[in-house]
Amino acid sequence: MKRNTILTIAGLVVLVAAVGLADSILGRFTVRILNLSAIYIILALSLNLLNGFTGLFSLGHAGFMAVGAYVSAILTMTPAQKEMNFFLEPIVPILARIQLPFPIALIVAGLCAALAAVLIGVPALRLRDDYLAIATLGFAEIIRVIITNIQSVTNGAQGLKAIPKYSTTWVVWTVAAIAVVFMLALVRSSYGRTMKAVRDDEIAAEAMGIDVFKVKSTSFVISSFMAGVGGALLGHLISTIDPKMFTLMLTFNILLIVVLGGNGSITGSVLGAIIVTVLMEALRFLDMPMNLVFFKTNGLPGLRMVIFSILLMIVVLYRQRGLMGNKEFSWDGVLGIFRRKNSTRNGGRP
Amino acid sequence: MELSTFFQQLTNALSLGSLYALIAIGYTMVYGILRLINFAHGDVFMLGAYFAFYAVTALAMPWWVAFVVALALTAAFGMGLERVAYRPLRDSPKISVMISAIGASFLIENVGIVLFGGRPKSFPSIPLFDTVVHFGSVSMLSVSLFIPVITAVVLGALLWIVHGTKTGLAMRAVSTDLDAARLMAIDVNKTISLTFGIGSLLAGVGGIMWTMKYPQLNPLMGVMPGLKCFIAAVIGGIGNIQGAVLGGFLLGMIEIMIVAFLPELTGYRDAFAFVLLIVVLLVKPAGLLGKNQTVKV
Repeated sequence: MKRNTILTIAGLVVLVAAVGLADSILGRFTVRILNLSAIYIILALSLNLLNGFTGLFSLGHAGFMAVGAYVSAILTMTPAQKEMNFFLEPIVPILARIQLPFPIALIVAGLCAALAAVLIGVPALRLRDDYLAIATLGFAEIIRVIITNIQSVTNGAQGLKAIPKYSTTWVVWTVAAIAVVFMLALVRSSYGRTMKAVRDDEIAAEAMGIDVFKVKSTSFVISSFMAGVGGALLGHLISTIDPKMFTLMLTFNILLIVVLGGNGSITGSVLGAIIVTVLMEALRFLDMPMNLVFFKTNGLPGLRMVIFSILLMIVVLYRQRGLMGNKEFSWDGVLGIFRRKNSTRNGGRP
Repeated sequence: MELSTFFQQLTNALSLGSLYALIAIGYTMVYGILRLINFAHGDVFMLGAYFAFYAVTALAMPWWVAFVVALALTAAFGMGLERVAYRPLRDSPKISVMISAIGASFLIENVGIVLFGGRPKSFPSIPLFDTVVHFGSVSMLSVSLFIPVITAVVLGALLWIVHGTKTGLAMRAVSTDLDAARLMAIDVNKTISLTFGIGSLLAGVGGIMWTMKYPQLNPLMGVMPGLKCFIAAVIGGIGNIQGAVLGGFLLGMIEIMIVAFLPELTGYRDAFAFVLLIVVLLVKPAGLLGKNQTVKV
């Protein structure tokens, strides 16, 4: 066997063992953050597919996540739980009775988000860069306003509580792994290459006989499917959702991950998702009351987001490539770093 | 609906439309010159209101001095924003500039939350703007009358600057072709800076008048007006000042009138603008007063 294959298999074994042991070794709080990272990996990959690989700047991610989260939550809750939630206005009778197994509900959630993407994409994808950004943002906002207003389907502004906690460590990390493998396969396929062609030069791509609109809409629909699944998992992890969760703020967090990791790098999105999620929790103390030696602050809510905004600005202004640029992880690359270090120690001789 | 109620709504629509128009002009000027959506424009609007608030309350200035100081600060802030967040990226891909704009917007909002506090503040009452005026059975706050008048004055001054002075000529030249303008010995950086200054000044005027009419300040107050006014600018034809004014008034009118005539749609109020945007983009992508541009290869 080749060295790289062995390393890959070893890496996978370590990863599976880590996921298997995580629940029993780590505390519940740590596990929750890890699971949140897995969900953010899925979301970051889906945004990176648009931003990094197809060159479409979309700000509508929160909208598709909302669709996925609501669909999956409503489909998996028991009739009794629904009755408890919908105390202001009863739920539509058909939805009250329906209850599907979690895997099917997850796929349906993704499909509904994809359907929304088809409806939105047909008009919006005719627009370019900044117009597309503002139109997708507009659609996300419309989705949110609709969810707030259809009380008998979504419970309106009260949101849904006590959503079954199906997002266990195994579930989220399996879905994240599937997302990574799928993205790798997609990006390396001929579809992936046409997407990159459209990103690099739309007019040239069209001249080469690529159906630009079709490529864009395929990418948009796939990305929305993933966003829907990610949103559904998020709902099942934190077990409460309401329309206020799915604002531009959420899209901003995912955008931060993609930009920080490197626009157009799958490895970058994975690393970025873990770093940002862990930092978000690690820096939570900034929003709390602090007792520094010389002065006391009584908590500055928002300081955490100030740091993240500054981080984003610094990356965009000084290091647009992010962590990984558009490079991917490879064993040759990693081993190359060690070899280079050794060779400098040997006075430049290999 | 009674006639008096109709007039009541009409004045509401007129003052809301004026405010939208003022903010939309800032978007349209910046877009015209840099082809950039200044996502932070709504936050500049918010800052204008806060500057005035602190000048009146903390520094205890008379209101008219406070307003002048606040406007100067807002304009300076807009120019600083361009210097820090946009100028270094002028030759970068569009996506980077847009990300920088979004980052700047979130930064201002969150610094606002840290410095000003997340809780809404209420603007102290200024008698000149707060008296209730009666016209027959129609009654309104005097500020609703001042807003359209001030907007008209500001707009007149702006059109004079853009079409009647050398600075305005430079602005128009830079917006037509940045590189050619530089070859004609126009100081491009200075012109762009000035454009941001004027745009932010107008946002400041809008912000101050907004708080006179709806006297509550919070650090996120600029988000929705910001998005809506960008939409107003697109509807009117982005890059076109008259278009921005038209779009602003149109949007204000539609929002107020739909809620007035179809009260059951009130919950969907914030979605009207976006629906209108999408319809306009599909039917007339260049906007009502915009010119169609073809891409040259």
